[in-house]
Amino acid sequence: MSDYRYNRTALVYLLPIALLVISLFVGRYQTPMSAVVDESVKMFSSLLFGTPASVSTQHTVLFNIRLPRILAALLVGAALSTAGVSFQGIFRNPLVSPYILGVGAGAGFGACLAILLWDNYLLIQLMAFAFGLLAMFIAISMGKASKGAGTLVFVLSGIIVGSIFTALTSLVKYVADPYDELPAIVFWLMGSLATVRYGDLLYILFPMFIGTVVLFFLRWRINILSLGDEEAKALGMDVEKVRLIIIICATLITSAAVSISGVIGWVGLVVPHISRMIVGPNYSRLLPMSIVIGASFMLLVDDLSRTVAATEIPLGILTSLVGAPLFAYLIRRGRMGWN
Amino acid sequence: MELMLEVESLAFSYGNGPVFENVSFSLKKGAVMCILGPNGAGKSTLIKCIAGILKPAAGSVRILGEDTASLGVRGIARRIGYVPQQNEVVFPFTVLDFVIMGRAPHLSMFASPGEEDMEIARESLAVVGLSDLAERPVASLSGGQSQMVLIARALVQKPSLLLLDEPTSHLDFGNQILVLETVQRLASLGMSIVMNTHMPDHAFLVGSRAAALTGGRLVAVGEVETVVTSKMMSSVYGVNVAVREIEDMKRKVCLPLRG
Repeated sequence: MSDYRYNRTALVYLLPIALLVISLFVGRYQTPMSAVVDESVKMFSSLLFGTPASVSTQHTVLFNIRLPRILAALLVGAALSTAGVSFQGIFRNPLVSPYILGVGAGAGFGACLAILLWDNYLLIQLMAFAFGLLAMFIAISMGKASKGAGTLVFVLSGIIVGSIFTALTSLVKYVADPYDELPAIVFWLMGSLATVRYGDLLYILFPMFIGTVVLFFLRWRINILSLGDEEAKALGMDVEKVRLIIIICATLITSAAVSISGVIGWVGLVVPHISRMIVGPNYSRLLPMSIVIGASFMLLVDDLSRTVAATEIPLGILTSLVGAPLFAYLIRRGRMGWN
Repeated sequence: MELMLEVESLAFSYGNGPVFENVSFSLKKGAVMCILGPNGAGKSTLIKCIAGILKPAAGSVRILGEDTASLGVRGIARRIGYVPQQNEVVFPFTVLDFVIMGRAPHLSMFASPGEEDMEIARESLAVVGLSDLAERPVASLSGGQSQMVLIARALVQKPSLLLLDEPTSHLDFGNQILVLETVQRLASLGMSIVMNTHMPDHAFLVGSRAAALTGGRLVAVGEVETVVTSKMMSSVYGVNVAVREIEDMKRKVCLPLRG
């Protein structure tokens, strides 16, 4: 590979940072360049030297409303893409999404149940996270208990677990109060980052960090797992163990993401493909690229969601409206990065 | 000389009766063993048992005196290179990316291959004569080239024993010979090789030893000349088989006869 191509690829890694800065300006409330610079200086000096923090409206908009939301979008996008690309590798299927093991359906049910029972913001997150993990554990135990080994059994178990939780979610919707709880449930399921605060980021940072770091260091092994169980074993891999670690990590970060954003589709499916087109199928380069592209894609879509219309457009709707045509375009180009 | 491979009373079962049992043979360094037998006799299963991919029901496999049961998958993969019959890559890895995966048993779990591993991969590609194709996607290669890439990946493992499962089965005449020549070259460099083949005649071309697996047992094992005989091959494959000496080629051939 030529140095030129390396350099070009390296530029993509700056994309999320550039978008972060740009996104600070984006929104209904006008923030001129001078105000952003001014408030940033004040912000840093208050963080570093303990000077009194700014109390202006601009400060609130920039650093208490926009910035946490921007950071959340970056994190959620990176998480869903990392999980998606990892699952695609170990399940040897480029059409796999992070929700393959029923994680999305489980988390959705957990959140809906919390809305129905308590309507407490923190509990909704917690329940979404817990039920996402629960769905994965049920799927894995079913997969392990069945006689036929291999990845197909896991996929089937995921479908079973997913459909059960989807049905339970429908049940919750059915019994929910149609004027109050039902809209909240529907809105949550469509996905949004509108209400994210710094505190929420704190909760998800730890599981996301752990999961992503482990996946990052295991990324070359995903190449080998994508060859199939027998060949991976012949190459000295403890297939069952490594696959389980990857599944748990990918689920951990997916559940963390879903718990603050709701179930956002397409990102975890489309981003790995875009990344494959840029750096090829080798996970050594593909996984880091998916993190960067995923973070950038999610942030762009979130910027759209808070600017194109007078009211917020739920993220799940936009990711599909943007992601699906993009996917169709990629298929037409025919350079999918898989056979 | 110490034996490279010792297979002793090996048996395997999928749960409904044994696929094979009581399989014993041994192999010296630099020797090529051809395993013959009809479809479904369990040749591939036997290879996979030796490679540690399948767990035998009974018996033992020793490599340089060490029991593979105590080596673990990683330890086995450092000593035994397995070349599958055909592989189906879902993602279009380049030849180099694919071949370097053979370094897996030598790297720690969280490591990625480095310059040194890259060098070993390039050397192995040179051994099978595919240096020029390093950046090509594996899926774009011909059948013969794919087989060579699989062999190169096994060589990257730096094994002392190579297991090949029907390496010539999907190849045309020319590529079959190319693969067999590579096998012979590796053996002359000291590699011990066990290979399954559909063609008993291949045993004459490369084998120093042969074994016939049928009905779940090794019915013959030894020098190629003593195993690949008209009588033995006729009974193994259930058709009339002729083994003849070709005078001007100074070698024996094995051919099926009609009727």
